[in-house]
Amino acid sequence: MDAIILQILNGLDKGSAYALIALGLTLIFGTLGVVNFAHGALFMIGAFCAVTLNKILTISYITIDETRTDFLGNPLKVENTYIERWFGPEIGSAIIDWSVPLAILFSIPIMVAIGFIMERGLIKHFYRRDHADQILVTFGLAIVLQEIIKYFYGANPIPTPAPEVFRGSFDFGMLLGFDPNVIIYPYWRLVYFSFSALIIGAVFAFLQFTTFGMVVRAGMADRETVGLLGINIDRRFTIMFGIAAAVAGMAGVMYAPINSPNYHMGMDFLVLSFVVVVVGGMGSLPGAVLAGFLLGILESFASMNEVKTLLPGIDQIIIYLVAIIILLTRPRGLMGRKGVMEE
Amino acid sequence: MSKSNFTRRGVLRTGAASGAGLALPTIFTASSASAFTNNPTGSSVTLGFNVPQTGPYADEGLDELRAYELAVEHLNGKGDGGCLNTFSSKALDGTGILGKEVKFVTGDTQTKSDAARASAKSMIEKDGAIMITGGSSSGVAVAVQGLCQEAGVIFMAGLTHSNDTTGKDKKANGFRHFFDAYMSGAALAPVLEKVLGADRKAYHLTADYTWGWTQQESIQAATEAVGWETVNNVLTPLAQTDFSSYIAPVLNSGADVLVLNHYGGNMVNSLTNAVQFGLRDKMANGKQFEIVVPLYSELMAKGAGANIQGILGSTNWSWTLQDEGTKAFVKSFGTKYGFPPSNAAQTCYAQALLYADAVQRAGSFNPCAVVEALEGDSSSLPGIDSPSNSGFVFDGLGNGPTLYRSADHQCFKDVLVMRGKENPTNEYDLLEVVEITPTAQVWYEPDHPMFAGGQLGECNPGA
Repeated sequence: MDAIILQILNGLDKGSAYALIALGLTLIFGTLGVVNFAHGALFMIGAFCAVTLNKILTISYITIDETRTDFLGNPLKVENTYIERWFGPEIGSAIIDWSVPLAILFSIPIMVAIGFIMERGLIKHFYRRDHADQILVTFGLAIVLQEIIKYFYGANPIPTPAPEVFRGSFDFGMLLGFDPNVIIYPYWRLVYFSFSALIIGAVFAFLQFTTFGMVVRAGMADRETVGLLGINIDRRFTIMFGIAAAVAGMAGVMYAPINSPNYHMGMDFLVLSFVVVVVGGMGSLPGAVLAGFLLGILESFASMNEVKTLLPGIDQIIIYLVAIIILLTRPRGLMGRKGVMEE
Repeated sequence: MSKSNFTRRGVLRTGAASGAGLALPTIFTASSASAFTNNPTGSSVTLGFNVPQTGPYADEGLDELRAYELAVEHLNGKGDGGCLNTFSSKALDGTGILGKEVKFVTGDTQTKSDAARASAKSMIEKDGAIMITGGSSSGVAVAVQGLCQEAGVIFMAGLTHSNDTTGKDKKANGFRHFFDAYMSGAALAPVLEKVLGADRKAYHLTADYTWGWTQQESIQAATEAVGWETVNNVLTPLAQTDFSSYIAPVLNSGADVLVLNHYGGNMVNSLTNAVQFGLRDKMANGKQFEIVVPLYSELMAKGAGANIQGILGSTNWSWTLQDEGTKAFVKSFGTKYGFPPSNAAQTCYAQALLYADAVQRAGSFNPCAVVEALEGDSSSLPGIDSPSNSGFVFDGLGNGPTLYRSADHQCFKDVLVMRGKENPTNEYDLLEVVEITPTAQVWYEPDHPMFAGGQLGECNPGA
């Protein structure tokens, strides 16, 4: 029982990441009809927003410590941050410690701007082209973006820790009456899951309860009719592209303490997120979220030793296996609409 | 009706002449030093540096490349000479190799076996590389070593730690300076016993490929020999990025030590995840829960950040050593690049110098002559009583007295047990030496079961 609860918890945070990326993918596909393979790169850029803010906050000036030497025997150059000099050591180090949550604010304008530039500068030229062309150009863009990041930040992962207060783990088992250390769960993963739920809720509320959202939903259902009513749906869709980029970026920022960001992390998530979108149903926002969590949990269960003993290698194929079964039994995915990608 | 002009005598004469003609190149080959792949005939010789320049190990590859460039500089008599001043063999004099200026070409392994073979093949066939060296993965090393054997060039392996490289997949044209998984286990186990105690239960997470398997097998055998019990070994996909579902059950498994048989991004992520789950703050079986990372690298330690603090592992070399060879190399490298070298860089620098020295001593670039020189004059390391303690013994390259064993082309030298430093003074000062394990302790025979199954075979000069 404890193992099952543990894997459900594990699946929730993994599912959170899948759901957030798949949500953005579906928003773009649903509004603009573009299959955006560069979406994983936006998630990766978000994580690097956290890295960048941390680097900005730790910009240092050098003082020479004559009493110590460096590896070449020269007097040691000691780095001191400007933040700590300006705000004092306590407040300064607290600001640096909280760089990841602060990076959310930092990332939103950057990601929206990147989204606008991507959409206006490149992707809009491919609206009327085949999905194959769209996939090729966005996949190429993803490679370019990750190589740019690698050029500036290197190929190695860059540690980006969560604030001190969120390090360590919470003993869930004790709450449920189990022995200590049976079900433990890192605090930051709880934060990540809560944050994802908040963002997903906010996106749905925005689409459901605002006039802007209503127009977008109408445009997703029948773009031509909305256009005939004199509404500039393209402009709204461009804004939705920016919002989708911001969602992916925020997911990336918050993911940075879970796995140290590296230039390749977007690609690692992208393929899985596409499977999530297909399983959820192309163009279906609730489907993307549902499939994200479902596949995250299934993937966690497949990693259990008991399961792996019965079916060796199942942890590597489970997501694709589920996708095959879903596509065979429900070709439109769990919550897919008729007519989407069926022309 | 056709008429034949052939006569019995004519056919015999023609046959004899043709036979002699065909035999001539063979006779010539046998007596000539020029009949081998890419014999350098001009005023320069080209070496091929095959390192990961893209992909997940690109940073490690770039550090290897820096070391090779430094080695070329020193071989050509530029810079401060580095380890040419401390190397026990005095054959190299800074005038290139056999008087020829050393030039180099580079290839990108991408840490993929097929890409690494393609880039090595291109350097051999198009650029005329006489020797291939480098790499950051055992899968790549085994693949490129096989290619070099077929092509008739020498392969001086870079960072490769699998037992198989000089075990079941060893080749006459291939040589490894880096240590191996067996040595890691043999060096680590006594320290683990001393620091963590003999009554421990270990849970292994193992990368599911050749290096992971041999690393796990080695560390399990070594720790069980000191009294540890192995609770479980779980194979993890190489492409895995989030290890939470593999780590979550560890604490409830009855184990009190987690052994991460991971390298590179796998290691950074699995260690980060394990620390996030608070494993290091927990008690299990009445003891503090511990994590062990059998193979460390400076660049991976940097990626893992503070998570590495206090964790034990092993390395081939450390820039913090104080022998003359290390000091000379670190000074050259640090002055040129502004930061200390990684142990991947050191092994590559040493391999380039060892190859050049062997050619110089052999007086020929012929791979078979180079193999003979690297296999040495049957000298042996003191304090090891073994018939296989025979090969080329050298010193002054940073690892202390070292034997290039002729039986399997594996270097034997001291192994370092390292610990993540609790209070690093800068971003390079991440690991500290806990113990320098003497060579005798990590020694094994060439027919040890973990290395059995392969043959060096005959050297291939190619052409």
